[in-house]
Amino acid sequence: MTKQIKAVALISGGLDSLLAAKVIQEQGVHVEGINFFTGFCVEGHTHAIRKKDKAKPKRNNALWVAEQLGIKLHIIDIVEEYKQVVFNPKHGYGANLNPCLDCKIFMVQKAKEWIAENGFDFIITGEVIGQRPMSQRKDTMPVVSRESGADELLLRPLCAKNLPETKPEREGWVKRDALHDFSGRTRKPQMALAKQFQIEDYAQPAGGCCFLTDAQYSSKLADLWEARGSKQYEMDDIMLLKVGRHMRPRPNFKVIISREEGEGNFLQGYRKQFVSIKTTSHAGPLALVDGEVSSDDLYLAAQLVARYSQGKMAEQVELEITDREGNVEQVAVKPLSPSEIPEEWHL
Amino acid sequence: MSKVIVDARRLLCPMPVIRVQDRAKELAPGTVLEAICTDPGALNDIPAWCRINGHKVLETRSQDDEYIVVVEIGEE
Repeated sequence: MTKQIKAVALISGGLDSLLAAKVIQEQGVHVEGINFFTGFCVEGHTHAIRKKDKAKPKRNNALWVAEQLGIKLHIIDIVEEYKQVVFNPKHGYGANLNPCLDCKIFMVQKAKEWIAENGFDFIITGEVIGQRPMSQRKDTMPVVSRESGADELLLRPLCAKNLPETKPEREGWVKRDALHDFSGRTRKPQMALAKQFQIEDYAQPAGGCCFLTDAQYSSKLADLWEARGSKQYEMDDIMLLKVGRHMRPRPNFKVIISREEGEGNFLQGYRKQFVSIKTTSHAGPLALVDGEVSSDDLYLAAQLVARYSQGKMAEQVELEITDREGNVEQVAVKPLSPSEIPEEWHL
Repeated sequence: MSKVIVDARRLLCPMPVIRVQDRAKELAPGTVLEAICTDPGALNDIPAWCRINGHKVLETRSQDDEYIVVVEIGEE
């Protein structure tokens, strides 16, 4: 009896990984998917938090892709292990705090461990030479294979013909002739292949699937590290960076101000971890204060929060300041005017 | 028969799915698992995960600001 060859596909939820897995499935290989959760994945978190978006919940694209392919999907939480990739990327950052090459190496390395533990034969990715400026170049593809330890067990079906033969091809597990030679940033070959497979609905590329490629998000993370004096974060930190307006009036503290009701509800969940400020005389946002603060700092924070309330033009706005233990203090302040809020406070 | 409760409140997707997935690995087929979530996306994501992994969704419902998905664990 012939052994059933099994491959695991790294599924991001985008078109390339969908097609790569499909190409290999079509060759009779048993494929299952693996999806890594780093905490920075763009998976509709903002959408899930904002009240106005709740009527139309966003789908998880990796799960959706797996369902289209009819394969199992294993979602793996790598938040803790991934920190070292973010803190010290051997190959450096991209345009923002995105450690794309180290990230790809790390994920393929984790997939290598997974196939060893689960009796699978090789790994598939949807990488295409020249598709991404940092991790998907002709010179970096061998780096990913080598430094992940996957070596020739890593097959990129969409551009395999542009690369040296791998073990799955050499052993006859897959036919090299039925693989592809895509290259460059054009999406036309992928779209044509999707059409051939009669796949019409797929996630449109939106400039990456990771918050670390976003300039504003990276700027807020860099600010967090600078304020704490070292590169560190917890899950709550990176979630909060996705929510609200972040402003740093003084080096020792920043204020996170909700922009709408859903964000306010989300921030409510953090009231035992942060000092919080809420307007009482006027409708307004909920704000969290991150840092060690004096009463003078809190007064300034209250003036700032008042600026984003319905009482922004009022002579006086009343607010309540609640500490981490739940002790409440009432204050009345004059809202800051726009000219009193320097641009550099905005993170 | 008692239910196994997975508390995934305050977690955003895919964390509720991961919590359900990791707990499901430890449970015998036929066990009923109830996931309590606050991310409305869980109402789509946990059933999708069940469909591709051979588990049966018995019920989904919203209750105040919580979203509940009841799952019967399938055969591996």
